[in-house]
Amino acid sequence: MTFEHILFSVEAGVATLSLNRPEQLNSFNAAMHGEVREALKRVRQNPEVRVLLLTGEGRGFCAGQDLADRNVAPDAEAPDLGESIEKFYNPLIRALRDLPLPVICAVNGVAAGAGANIPLACDLVLAARSASFIQAFCKIGLVPDSGGTWSLPRLVGLARAKALALLGERLTAEQAEQWGLIYRVVDDAELRDEALKLARHLATQPTYGLALIKRSLNASLNNDFDTQLDLERDLQRLAGRSEDYREGVAAFMAKRTPSFKGR
Amino acid sequence: MPRTLAVQAPAAGVRLITLQRPEALNALTTELLGELAAELALAEQDAETRAVVLTGSRKAFAAGADIKEMAERDLVGILEDPRVAHWQRIASFPKPLIAAVNGFCLGGGCELAMHADILVADEDACFGQPEINLGIMPGAGGTQRLLRAVGKSLAMQMVLTGQPIDARHAQRAGLVSEVTLPELTVERALEIARAIAGKAPLAVRLAKEALLKAQDTDLASGLRFERHAFTVLAGTADRAEGIRAFQEKRRPEFTGR
Repeated sequence: MTFEHILFSVEAGVATLSLNRPEQLNSFNAAMHGEVREALKRVRQNPEVRVLLLTGEGRGFCAGQDLADRNVAPDAEAPDLGESIEKFYNPLIRALRDLPLPVICAVNGVAAGAGANIPLACDLVLAARSASFIQAFCKIGLVPDSGGTWSLPRLVGLARAKALALLGERLTAEQAEQWGLIYRVVDDAELRDEALKLARHLATQPTYGLALIKRSLNASLNNDFDTQLDLERDLQRLAGRSEDYREGVAAFMAKRTPSFKGR
Repeated sequence: MPRTLAVQAPAAGVRLITLQRPEALNALTTELLGELAAELALAEQDAETRAVVLTGSRKAFAAGADIKEMAERDLVGILEDPRVAHWQRIASFPKPLIAAVNGFCLGGGCELAMHADILVADEDACFGQPEINLGIMPGAGGTQRLLRAVGKSLAMQMVLTGQPIDARHAQRAGLVSEVTLPELTVERALEIARAIAGKAPLAVRLAKEALLKAQDTDLASGLRFERHAFTVLAGTADRAEGIRAFQEKRRPEFTGR
């Protein structure tokens, strides 16, 4: 499969997936969904990949669903949007969350609708200073999807989540950082480099362990305390059997730099 | 040597039986069921074996019966199906049987898992009786054991729609006792098996029988059976040892007598 609507490359353990429909602010149509799905499959299947970097081409990150793809004539029967969610958005969000490696999202510009919520399914979100987040759904009579109603209250609290979702106002990257919606704001010109630097650093780390950390933190949002303690025990059991753990301890004892393999 | 199973002894008193037809997601052929029944018969006769863990692959415990084999059987063929005898021998295995379920556990696979006394599942496992989609219905306990495990409404929904449920749902409904990480399912089942293997074998055997009695008899008869079983144990050396060890604050040494 060759890609038309995304750019995809793998280099030194870092897979970079860039949404590439800049004229449409990288909004999703069925074809782009298919390509993103294929790229994520390659990420999962390629043992060389230890970090995923997700970003967008042009001035926007992602404007969510391409409404041109969803023509609703006034007298036509209502479309089943649930089907589109079930088929496209939910699998995408689940795939990003379940990837057993760190996922960095570099939000390079406006992130609206589903495009505002896709970064929230990633692990580390950087945003360009000029980027913004808009829960645009309420303006056309819809409900935030792609995990937004789940992620938002957990990240910024119910009061701010409701304001964002009910008003659909533009949230600047700086405000998003202050509210704890994203990890960090960087200057526009430095976004790509900063994100790549972070990705390359993580790709040298014990990424199997990092994947277990990601898994435990994601699970913590649903678990009660005792269940989480049990999960920590089980994941630590797995981590303790990894090659990287042996290497980490050996390097520490020998006072040398560890060489991690992600296993 | 069985062709469709691997049998190991990973700990004292514990046998691990692994279904091994990965190419067919462990679909239960007559051969596989026969070999499983035979292995359980061996485990039953072996005094050293105190508990058995049954598992499949990481992807599938067992994804159902062998459809090709089934398609070849007509009415008379099904009436004379040798599988019925295999199922009966599996069902009558008197020692504790623990199923470690990873991945797909569907149709005959779900029915096989429900033959186990304890089910441990991985968080990605799914359970279902999809027979209805083929114009047939469960034929190895799926309508009976499932209803007893999860109650009428969910059992009806699963059997009549053929749609599976996930492991957490199965746990909430009472079909499985524990949900764990996929990597640790077999380990956890073995841990439970080891714990049971350390108990007095006769007590374990009668307790299992009494618990199964509860599923198919009225309370008064069940209580009578329980009392008889309880009384029988009073004559065993292990009971005396168990109580003495408790009083002397030491580990009991059970002999199965």
